[in-house]
Order: sequence, then structure tokens, then C-alpha cells
Amino acid sequence: MKLTTPLGEEVLDLTAGDRVLLSGTVYTARDEAHLKIQEAGFPFNPKGAVLYHCGPVIQDNAVVAAGPTTSARMNALTKPMLDAGVRGLIGKGGMSDEVVEALRGRGVYFAFTGGCAALAASCMRLKGVHYAELGMAEAVWEIELTDMPLVVGIDSKGNNLFKR
Amino acid sequence: MPSPFFETVAAAVERAIHDAETELPADVVSVLQTAYANETSSVARGEYENIFANLKIAKERDVPICQDTGLIVLYITLPPEIPYSAELFEAAEEGVRRATVSVPLRPNAVNPLSRKNSGDNCGEGIPAIHIRPGEKFTVTVLPKGAGSENMSQIKMMLPSEVDKIPEFVADVARTAGSRPCPPIIVGVGIGGTFDTASALAKEALLEPIDQMDDFEQEICDRINELGIGPMGLGGKTTALAVKVKRGACHTASLPVAVNIQCWCCRRRTVEL
Ligand code: SF4
Repeated sequence: MKLTTPLGEEVLDLTAGDRVLLSGTVYTARDEAHLKIQEAGFPFNPKGAVLYHCGPVIQDNAVVAAGPTTSARMNALTKPMLDAGVRGLIGKGGMSDEVVEALRGRGVYFAFTGGCAALAASCMRLKGVHYAELGMAEAVWEIELTDMPLVVGIDSKGNNLFKR
Repeated sequence: MPSPFFETVAAAVERAIHDAETELPADVVSVLQTAYANETSSVARGEYENIFANLKIAKERDVPICQDTGLIVLYITLPPEIPYSAELFEAAEEGVRRATVSVPLRPNAVNPLSRKNSGDNCGEGIPAIHIRPGEKFTVTVLPKGAGSENMSQIKMMLPSEVDKIPEFVADVARTAGSRPCPPIIVGVGIGGTFDTASALAKEALLEPIDQMDDFEQEICDRINELGIGPMGLGGKTTALAVKVKRGACHTASLPVAVNIQCWCCRRRTVEL
């Protein structure tokens, strides 16, 4: 199934286990970026936006490697993002019950294969950067995706593939 | 002016790191393919498909397989005619510095307390360098990412608990869950002292993983019963292999170290 950002109500039809090719703009955000956004606001329109838990390697204005980081570190920082209108999260390893609840009726968590940094980079074009002062790994990179292969790990109905 | 010896060692270390970071060893690819062939869950199969696509792209583009290019661990064997010297260590570190720029590697080495990054993947005791006598002059590099290293554990078990070793190893894998990027490879060090047990567990990760003895297979089966699967999304294979190394230990001790390695099991040996 193909999806393009910004995401709308169509994400509510997704079910955990669905495989998706995602295109459009996404924003990288790790711990520091979440804190910065809470303090200084969104440097982009959060409505329907997708956050990627990733600290990329950028060289000469291009994405060299951009695999996912462990999403659980963002467990306590995610609800305000969803409250502001974010509808998609991309990461690895899944998230807490609190986040599963916060996604209910609003958005989904996509899993991307850990370690697949070269594959991720091959789907990406760098568009810009926000909060560059946070450093390469923690800055908010604005990235255009073309058909990134994801799987719905947590859907908007409380189904969670990581819980067994 | 660096000596020819210094240059040779630095260049060999740089090359070994480059090759390890951009292409997985044949035995690792082969067990990944077997796991894929045996997998029935479509979600889990999709994860393997991403892994294979990633390996292909990393090789074609000559870029690192994973963005966590790890801390560099080196195993060097020295033949009788090559002396153990400070120059050898300095040359190995120079190879790591060069690879940081040329591969490129993510600068991962920091001071443990101030967390200041050295910027060149070198620091006190890093790269970790292990030197042994051998017949040939070889350098083996094992870049170790943090995601899996952080899930490793050591337990000073009781001598009466030999039968509980498989249960302990499986518990370490269960606790690790989705975090070390499964499917994992599990290096187990049994015996030795507190420190050598860990060294044995890491050395076990250098062994080819396309064969296991009965004891290793038993532990591997136990881990796979957990059903964690690729990336924790559920599936038949949680551990691709378990490799065990043993050392003599004190009659009153039974150290057991478990070193977890992600699917991205990078290692390369070059002969000088
Ligand atoms: S655990 Fe391994 S595959 Fe996963 S991010 Fe770390 S180095 Fe890469």
C-alpha cells in the first residue's frame, strides 16, 4: 500500500502488520529534538506530519546513512507531538502502552528495519534542516522520501505487533 | 616520517574496517538466507527483504551497512619475527583514524563521564586491541554497535548451576527483546575469570556461525522459542546462532558472559 505525507484520516484504516511504501516529507527527531520542540515550538506544520526516530549521517548535503534509532527513548516525549497533530512515527523496537493509547484514533507507528541505513538513505532526498545547533545526530532534518518500505507496528486501534 | 611497518599496519587496519563496514561475511549472509527461507510470517519476511536490499545498496554505493559503525575491536596475531611494540598499537590507532574519514565512520568514542566525543573513534583503550602470537601476521576487525552491546550481561553463577546456563543465556535474549536489532547472534563465554569470560564471549562472535555443536543448538532453540523475531515484530528466528567459548575457571566459580550481536555481524580479517 502506498501512502504520502502529510497523513490524514486514511491512517485510521491501517492495521498492525500492513506493509506500506511511504513517500513525502518526514522530519527526523531524537530525544533532543523532542525537548527542543516542546520548548521552542514546531519548526514545521505538525498537522499530519511524520516523525522519524533517526540520527542520520549527512555528508555534502546528502543523506549517507539513516537507519532508525530505538523509539522507546522517546516514550515520555511523544504524546505532546500527537496532541499537536502528528499522525505518524517511524522507528525501531516499538513504544510504550502510553504511546499506544495516545495513538488511538489519531495515528500509527511504523517500524523500519534496524540497521538498514543504506536502504533508508537510498529512499531519501535532503530538503533542509531545523535546529541545526543540536548537532548532526539530534537536529531536525527535513527529508523527502520516495517509497520507504515500512510495516505498521502499532495501529490506531490499539493493536501492537511488539506485544506478545 | 612513519616507518614502512607503521604504514603497512595502518593501511591494513583501514582496509579491514572498510571491508567489514560495507559487506557482511559469507557465513552471516548464508544464515540470514536460511532464516528467511524458513520464515512464514509476512511481516518478518519483509524485514529480511529490507536487510538483503540494504546489503546490496551498501555494497553498490560503498557505504556503511548501518549508521552505527560501532567501536572498533581489533584482534591481531603476530608471527615470531614481528615484535610486540608500541609502534604496532600506534599504527592500529592511525588506521582507525583514517577509516573514520575515508569510510566514513560515525565518531562514536566519548569520554565515559564528560561524554566528550574524540571525533576520531579513538580514546583511552579504544580501539580495543587484542594481540596473540600466531603463525601469520593478521588483523581482524570487529566493529561493535551499541544497540546490541548494551544488551550483554555477565553472571557469576554457582558451580552447581551448570545445568542452568542455557536458561540464563535465553533470559538475556528475552530481556534484550527488540532492542539489539534481532535476529541476533549470541556469543557465550563460560569459565575464566570475571574479565576473561567477557573476552571469551566476544571472541566467540568471531567464529563462523553456519555451524553449531549440540550445546549451542540447544541454547539457540530455546531462544527461538521466545518468538521475538526480526526487529521484535514476531517470527521463527530470534537468534541466528549461539557460539560458545570455554576457559578453565576456579573450582569455586562459574562465570558466564553473554555478548549480544545484532544481525549486522561485521567482521573482516586481512593478512599482512
Ligand atoms: S544494533 Fe546493530 S543493526 Fe541495530 S543499529 Fe546498532 S549496529 Fe545497527
